[in-house]
Amino acid sequence: MIRLRYAAPLAALVLLAFLLWRGLALDPREVPSPLVGKPAPAFTLPLLESGAGGKSFSPSDMRGKVWLLNVWASWCVACREEHPVLVELAKSGVVPIVGLNYKDEPEAARGWLARFGNPYMKSAVDADGKVGIDYGVYGVPETYLIDAEGVIRFKQIGPVTPRIVEERIRPLLPPAPPKGPTS
Amino acid sequence: MRTTAALLCTVLMATAHAADHEEAARARALAEELRCLVCQNQTIADSHAPLAVDLRKQIDRQIADGKSDREIVSYMTDRYGEFIVYRPPFNATTFLLWCGPFLLLAFGALIAWRVVAGRRRAPAPLSDAERQRARRLLE
Repeated sequence: MIRLRYAAPLAALVLLAFLLWRGLALDPREVPSPLVGKPAPAFTLPLLESGAGGKSFSPSDMRGKVWLLNVWASWCVACREEHPVLVELAKSGVVPIVGLNYKDEPEAARGWLARFGNPYMKSAVDADGKVGIDYGVYGVPETYLIDAEGVIRFKQIGPVTPRIVEERIRPLLPPAPPKGPTS
Repeated sequence: MRTTAALLCTVLMATAHAADHEEAARARALAEELRCLVCQNQTIADSHAPLAVDLRKQIDRQIADGKSDREIVSYMTDRYGEFIVYRPPFNATTFLLWCGPFLLLAFGALIAWRVVAGRRRAPAPLSDAERQRARRLLE
C-alpha cells in the first residue's frame, strides 16, 4: 500500500513528462486536411502563361494521370525556398506539376517564373483566392497530390523538401513506364 | 395618399435596415465561432489576415444567399477541418477533450474522499505490547 502511494505520483509524473515531450514535437500549424481521400474540388481558371489566349485549366484535364497541384505566389517567401526542389522534380519528369497562382499579380508571377525557372506544366490564376478556399489553403505554399481518379492522396502544407519528395510523394507515384522502344 | 406612400416607404426602409442589421449580427456571430488558420489564436472576426478577410466575405455572401448557420459552418469544416471551429463537435475523437476534465475531477474527488474517510476512521486500539512501549517512552 505504502509502495503504491509513492509509485502512483511518480508514474503520473513520468506519463505527464512523456506527453509534454511529445507535444514539443507536434507542429500546431499543420492542420490535417479533411480533403485527403476526397475528390479534388472542380474549378476552371484562366492560365497565367502570356498568350494563352483565353485558355483555361480544370483538374478534370488531368484525369488518368497522377499529378501535383502546387499553390504558389510571387509574394510568398517560402515558395522561393521550395522552388528549386520543384524545378528539380519537374526536370526528372516523374510527375507533372500544375501551379495554382494564388492571389498574385500576373505580371509579378510571370516575372518570378522567368527569373527562377518554371517547373509548371501550366499555372492557373486564382486571383481572388476562391479556389484556394475550396482547397482549404491557408498558408502558401501548399501542394496536393491528386491521383488518376482525381482524388487527393496527400497534402503538403509548407515548402516541399527533397525529403518530402522521397518519402511522401514518390511512393504514391505509379511505377515509371519502361524506357526504350516498345514493340 | 402621399402620406400613406411615404409611410409605406419608411416602413419598408426600416425593415430592410433591420434585416441588414440582423444579417450583420449573424455574420459577426459566425465569424466569432471560427478560427483563423493563419493566426491560430484569433477568430476570423478579430483577424486582419487576408484569408480571414476572404472568409468573412464568404460568410456575408452565403448569408445573403440565404444559407443557414449550419450550412455555412459545414462549408468551412469541409474545407478546413473541424479545427476551424472553436467549439469542436462532440464525437469519438473529441470525447476525451470534452469529458477529460470531468473524468479528472471525478478521479481527484475519489482520492480526496478516500483520504478524508481514512483520516476520520478511529485509530485501532493499542495492543498490550504497544501500551507498554508507550508507557516506557513517557516515563
